[in-house]
Amino acid sequence: MSMKTVTITVNGKLVRATEGEYLLKVLRREGIDVPALCQHDAVEPYGGCRVCMVEITKAEWNGWSDMVTSCLYPVADGLIVQTHSNQVIELRKTIIDLMLARNPHTPLIQQLAADYGINSTSFQPVPEPNDCILCGICTRICDTMGFHAISTVNRGHGREIAPPLGEAPESCVGCLACALNCPTNYIKFTDSGKTRTIWKKQFEMVTDKRTGAPTITREFAEYLIAHRNIPADYFDLNDESHRKETATNMGAIAAWSREDLK
Amino acid sequence: MCIIANPQELKKRHVELAAKQERFPKKVIVCCGTGCLANGARAIVDAFHAHLAEKNIKDFTVEAVKETGCHGFCEQGPLVVIEPQGTFYTRVKPKDVAAIVDKTIANGEILSPLLYKDPVTEHRIERYHDVNFFAHQSRIALRNLGKIAANDIREYIAVEGYQALAKVLTTMTPDTVIDEIIKSGLRGRGGGGFPAGKKWRTCKSVQSDIHYVICNGDEGDPGAFMDRSIMEGDPHSVLEGMMICAFAIGAKQGYIYVRDEYPLAVVHLQKAIDECEANGLLGDNILGTDFSFRIRINRGAGAFVCGESSALMRSVAGEVGEPRAKYIRSVVKGLHDQPTVLNNVETFANVPIIMLKGADWFTSIGCKNNSGTKAFSLVGKVRNTGLIEVAMGTTLRTIIYEIGGGILENRPFKAVQTGGPSGGCLPESMLDLPVDFDSLTKNGSMMGSGGMIVMDDKTCMVDVARYFLSFLVSESCGKCVPCREGLYQLHELTIKICNGEGTEEDLVRMEKLSESIIVGSLCGLGKSGPNPFLSTIRYFRDEYLAHIREKRCPAGVCKSLITYTVLEDKCTGCVACITACAYNAITGEKKKPHFIHQDKCEKCGACVAVCKFDAIEVK
Repeated sequence: MSMKTVTITVNGKLVRATEGEYLLKVLRREGIDVPALCQHDAVEPYGGCRVCMVEITKAEWNGWSDMVTSCLYPVADGLIVQTHSNQVIELRKTIIDLMLARNPHTPLIQQLAADYGINSTSFQPVPEPNDCILCGICTRICDTMGFHAISTVNRGHGREIAPPLGEAPESCVGCLACALNCPTNYIKFTDSGKTRTIWKKQFEMVTDKRTGAPTITREFAEYLIAHRNIPADYFDLNDESHRKETATNMGAIAAWSREDLK
Repeated sequence: MCIIANPQELKKRHVELAAKQERFPKKVIVCCGTGCLANGARAIVDAFHAHLAEKNIKDFTVEAVKETGCHGFCEQGPLVVIEPQGTFYTRVKPKDVAAIVDKTIANGEILSPLLYKDPVTEHRIERYHDVNFFAHQSRIALRNLGKIAANDIREYIAVEGYQALAKVLTTMTPDTVIDEIIKSGLRGRGGGGFPAGKKWRTCKSVQSDIHYVICNGDEGDPGAFMDRSIMEGDPHSVLEGMMICAFAIGAKQGYIYVRDEYPLAVVHLQKAIDECEANGLLGDNILGTDFSFRIRINRGAGAFVCGESSALMRSVAGEVGEPRAKYIRSVVKGLHDQPTVLNNVETFANVPIIMLKGADWFTSIGCKNNSGTKAFSLVGKVRNTGLIEVAMGTTLRTIIYEIGGGILENRPFKAVQTGGPSGGCLPESMLDLPVDFDSLTKNGSMMGSGGMIVMDDKTCMVDVARYFLSFLVSESCGKCVPCREGLYQLHELTIKICNGEGTEEDLVRMEKLSESIIVGSLCGLGKSGPNPFLSTIRYFRDEYLAHIREKRCPAGVCKSLITYTVLEDKCTGCVACITACAYNAITGEKKKPHFIHQDKCEKCGACVAVCKFDAIEVK
């Protein structure tokens, strides 16, 4: 990608950006409040939630404008952007209203609705609401990690996130990337010291050889040792023990250096 | 089979095969399209084989029996045509074959009961081309259907097959090929109507070592079977079109995406690919030139959304078939992020004959900005249903009343739905509308891939909107919120109106919601999703208002709003309805007017169907 600097206009203000970078990134950098529910820095943009849509035009478009998802729209020179035009606000409100019908009890959606002045949905609430907003961050992170353990299943309104056939997924290593990045904490897991359970699959934990505290799952450790060039004994200690060890070593080096100076 | 080493050899092969066809003009054509096969065409072919072998009639050997692709008149199948006279027999049964052989083939006698009876004039019609259904069509994409055997490359070569490819490879450059396609004005037949040549030019201009050609055979509209029939009946014309495109854009690999519900299409396409490879028409150095190209079939699992180009490409790449935003178009970054041309089956089938006859010939057919023809599957409440192809600009009236033979039972016409589930319904006042991409879109419907459903006065337009929305709700991929949640809510609101619980505010909300779905959705499916509602409210607002204000369904369809009652002056007390009612909702004595108990009536319509005296009123 070229690194050409371009100038765009956002809500009347001139803004510099790199050609081809995604518009939402530019807007966030400028401190403009554009909501986005399916955006996550760790994964490629998706364009699913549609609340980040903005109105764009160009001088040469003769007054014609378009609505685009800013998370996916590559910036080009001369772009004129409205992030809160009437059309944008109307569309955003409808989408949030629709989301509220699906996720009426989800704090993230309730807050967003409140920000846009919506108290309750004007649509028919869905029969069995839950907290999954189908942003797909979990599945995309799982894919990015290289495990592909979960996916979206079913089409349309029946869409949900699930492992293959709804059974404990073979390729899941229990890394928790899905659960910890879920914006609504919908993905549940339990850690009971020696074991971890997620997606109906139980994992044995590797424990710190000094303190006995759990570090990561045995499968995740084996995966990282095999595929990420990490020393085989690295996971014998948890992060805290590693820090303590490093601190001790640093202290020794420091003491030794002081000795040396004398 | 052996490799055809160069264009001269192909020409020689064509001349030989065509001469052989001319030497033996006598043929028994048995339609073996999916419709006729389902009606027993296979047994008819076997019967002809058996009888012809036995009777030993001059020039009518077993070899004279030709199994062709779909003629389009599936409703009248199985179809048999005796050439060269063109005698056209419909609804043929295996037991008729002996008589056909003994009388028609041996003595030239016509078997009147097997002839097609014109539904309007009630005359028996002898010849294929005199049947109204065929007489008003002009066939380009379907040119070989019903004429050549589908699974034999020699049949295709005999009708100048692959001559367009030879012409392109020996006398043209990629740029002159694209110029010719642009000049022809060929627009994509898959729905959008984007100029094919323009697409090819952009794709060619993208610097990359790899370019792809994809043929979209994922025809998902309920009731549509245009592409299916072409793939089944004339697969080589699709392959040849793809090859010419590949030459033009510099592609070495092509894919055909076919839904797995089309098993015969998959078999015939694979056979055609194998034959091409065996004859040196696919693979390295095709016809002795530098051009190399291969084609692979990808079978889709039947998701409607996979007919959307970006979802289709993801599916070919082995990922979940979901669309992506096309701010960077697939001609620039398509399959495996490489520049890709995707056209549908019908578009590719048009390409060889355009190259052979020239762009000027093609633009002489059709109308302004809409050159050529379009295939439709004409279904619903018309007398003649089936697969048709007409010049662009033909009016809806010609299609429905000439080719289609008018409305069944002479009922009044109400609407015609074009463009598949996300298309729209056009009312009677639009019957003289020329059918082309721009006119349909301008009037709130669309061409889509060419479904055409005719409706009579017994169709409730609110119910139609509800039905198509329910299809779209279940076929939405669910990736983006406006389509997934918006269409769901729109569908819920149509159900509410069908149940007589809707309000006029609901209509306002539905119109506003539709607007948001159109603006906010990610792909074409979502953006056209509200069409069933928008086009019916545009032309049939009265019907919506009758449901809302008067709690009445004028067409007598919506169950919550209708009652079945016995008209006492007409009822003869024959007890037929009492016997037919599965819910024991009708009581009465013989020869006395019967009575329908509303608390038990399930409004199934069984009583109306059996009453010979029109004594049951639906209101």
